[in-house]
Amino acid sequence: MQNLPLPVLNPALFDDVARWFCQIPHSATIGLEFVNGERGRATLRLPYNTALVGNPRTGVLHGGVMTSLIDTTSALSVFSLLAEREAIATLDLRIDYLRGATPGQPVYCTAECYRLGRQIAFTRATAYQEGNDQPIAHGVGTFMRESSQAQLGSKKGG
Amino acid sequence: MVQLENLQAAKESGDYSRLIEQIPYAQLLGVVMREDQGQPLFELPFSQHNIGNEHLPALHGGAIGGFLENAALLHLVWARESSEVPRTIDFSLDFLRSGKAQSLYARCDITKQGKRVANVRMTAWQEDESKPVAVARAHFLLS
Repeated sequence: MQNLPLPVLNPALFDDVARWFCQIPHSATIGLEFVNGERGRATLRLPYNTALVGNPRTGVLHGGVMTSLIDTTSALSVFSLLAEREAIATLDLRIDYLRGATPGQPVYCTAECYRLGRQIAFTRATAYQEGNDQPIAHGVGTFMRESSQAQLGSKKGG
Repeated sequence: MVQLENLQAAKESGDYSRLIEQIPYAQLLGVVMREDQGQPLFELPFSQHNIGNEHLPALHGGAIGGFLENAALLHLVWARESSEVPRTIDFSLDFLRSGKAQSLYARCDITKQGKRVANVRMTAWQEDESKPVAVARAHFLLS
């Protein structure tokens, strides 16, 4: 069943959040673009940009950019399962860098929210490039739901 | 592997900006590095383009992660006195508080340095070092 795609649960909410995510100042700075959404999944694209390079000699993208791409796509995959708007916050994100991205080509990230709990959402994501079956990076994340009420400790802590 | 130029000159002068200029993504974020109590201290001065949530406003989680990864890489370059920039194998990031619209600081600690792999811990904070915004750990390939 998991491979049979359904539309996102609330298309109006999802489209709104997808647009918002790509317009966030940091997302706009690195140039994130929305590609696709279905129930439980989201895909974003990061066009190649020399300002995002980690190694000027080879032109390979910096690993840190992959963190933004995977974090944002993973969060969006959670919204594909939500009926109503709520704030979510990344609790943790673990990324495995499998190989360098080929310079000059966009990087895609597809994330799946494979478990939406009442309080916590669990995601996994793959970053890859067109024409190459070998992924660039894998990411696993957890997100806190309704984070606007808890604010990750910001009210009492910092 | 990337070779950074002018490491020795940067160490002698305490001005690491020429080193950071050689990493485009570190430059884009606006990473600043200096020595404090004999160890590198990293700063991400507040910038509008690192915002993730305009309503709060809060720093983007990805920008925090990118900052910490750059900090760890530069810390390793500094500690090893090697101009080679290591490659990231894996990176694990825990977000503890939202990052406010102000400077973010980071320190790194090399937990273990082997011949081929190093394990580094990173802590990012704003007003109070004992209240971290995020902590991370990563493995880096050294050769």
